[in-house]
Amino acid sequence: MKVRTMGRHLREGSRNITRNGWMSFASMSSVAITLFILGVFLLLALNVNHIANVVERQVEIRVFVKQGVEKVEVDKLAEKLKDFSQVESVTFIPKEEGLENFKKSFGDKAYWFEGLEKENPLSDEFVVKTKDPVETEMVAERIKNLPYVESVNYAKDMIKKLFTITTMIRNVGIGFIVALAFTAMFLIANTIKLTIVARRREIEIMKLVGATNSFIRWPFFIEGLLMGGLGSVVPILLLLLGYRYLIDLVQVDLNLYFLDLLPLNPLAWQLSVLLMGIGAFIGVWGSMMSVRRFLKV
Amino acid sequence: MIEMLDVWKTYPNGTNALEGINVKIEKGEFVYVVGPSGAGKSTFIKLMYREEKPTKGTILLNGFNISKLKERQIPKVRRSIGVVFQDYKLLPKMNVYENVAFAMEVVEATKKQTKPRVLEMLELVKLKNKLRSYPSELSGGEQQRVSIARALVNSPGTIIADEPTGNLDPETSWEIMRIFEEINLRGTTVVMATHNREIVNTLRKRVIAIEGGRIARDQQRGEYGYEG
Ligand SMILES: Nc1ncnc2c1ncn2[C@@H]1O[C@H](COP(=O)(O)OP(=O)(O)O)[C@@H](O)[C@H]1O
Ligand SMILES: [Mg+2]
Repeated sequence: MKVRTMGRHLREGSRNITRNGWMSFASMSSVAITLFILGVFLLLALNVNHIANVVERQVEIRVFVKQGVEKVEVDKLAEKLKDFSQVESVTFIPKEEGLENFKKSFGDKAYWFEGLEKENPLSDEFVVKTKDPVETEMVAERIKNLPYVESVNYAKDMIKKLFTITTMIRNVGIGFIVALAFTAMFLIANTIKLTIVARRREIEIMKLVGATNSFIRWPFFIEGLLMGGLGSVVPILLLLLGYRYLIDLVQVDLNLYFLDLLPLNPLAWQLSVLLMGIGAFIGVWGSMMSVRRFLKV
Repeated sequence: MIEMLDVWKTYPNGTNALEGINVKIEKGEFVYVVGPSGAGKSTFIKLMYREEKPTKGTILLNGFNISKLKERQIPKVRRSIGVVFQDYKLLPKMNVYENVAFAMEVVEATKKQTKPRVLEMLELVKLKNKLRSYPSELSGGEQQRVSIARALVNSPGTIIADEPTGNLDPETSWEIMRIFEEINLRGTTVVMATHNREIVNTLRKRVIAIEGGRIARDQQRGEYGYEG
């Protein structure tokens, strides 16, 4: 194809959008609405996933050291814990500190335990976090068998439940997004199809005048690309403004610090690129699928 | 050169439009196709640029076997002929200029070549004052003239026209005929279906009369031969 013909296709494709005024508007609106809904669910799913991650991160193993073990042996044990490839961090809590924390938890009744320091009943303790929270159980079982370890505590049942729930939330989220993406595709393709069916006669005429299939297809390709891309601009803007407002609301006005939302910065770019990409893809796909049916003249 | 060998056409609804057509039109000929309405003239013409496919038989056009043509080659054949459609077939969302220029864009002509040539053609059919009008804003005769300009714009070796003067007043009809006559003198093959008795009887050419899907008469310098 010659360069001037490509230029002609670009011009023709964009002109078709204005030529078909209302039809183009309908297609772009359908792109905009479906992408907006998809975007809302995407933001929701990403944040739920993020919160699940944060909660999972809080899973830890408490390792209690046997009473009366030498300081050197305790240090050796610390080294061994750090040597696990799955372990991310090891924090040592000496029994004195443990007692302090314990007393503090009783507030002004702490004096009940005065004098306990001389005969501290608590053990030295390690708090271990694994890199991947799913490995908690396996690591904990192995730590249990190390020398000088009295016992380990890692809320076995709670972790199992937590993972069932977070996995379920993630799967439901992915399923929902996929289903929504397909619905969006179907809806948009259908609207675009309508605009092209209306142009069936035009396509036939072009063919009778001697246009090749690709000559006819190119402007439709450009048109689909532009409509999908342009149709994604409004929902992207709305979603980003809305999300920024939500972040402010949650963190400043409502003081919901525990609701840890994903920050706007990388998310805004990712969401924009993703939605625009989906829009352009669906636009091109819908427009190509529809033209194909009428090219056999 | 156009040749039909035992060509039959039955439409999907069962209508037998053509029944065993055998005809040969040499390069540079000027042929009228006449006959009562519903006789099969348009079908005969549509087979030549493959708007319709024959149910049976062989059609040769400029060396191509139209009935066995591969999908990819069809555009090439259509570009080698200029067609004036009975129903004009103008692109509704393009204006007069764009409609004619479209035929040149299809063959990837440069803008430099396109503009003067399109204007020349529109001048020829007397539509230079309606460049920016859309087909819906034109009368039947004006649309027909745009269709004629588009058929001529690439100077094809063959012109196929289905009642090109059907909607024109006598004066304009004669101007169009003068154009056809002129390009025919320069070697272009012209095949036109027509109802215009006066033209056929005045500008004497070969006449092929179709009746009930069959060739009833094929005569050099023939007459129109029907009443009205
Ligand atoms: N697309 C079609 N489908 C079914 N029948 C058709 C079609 N086109 C034409 N016909 C029929 O075929 C016959 C010949 O039509 P046509 O070639 O248009 O005749 P003419 O141009 O001589 O008036 C007519 O009976 C007409 O009704
Ligand atoms: Mg007819």
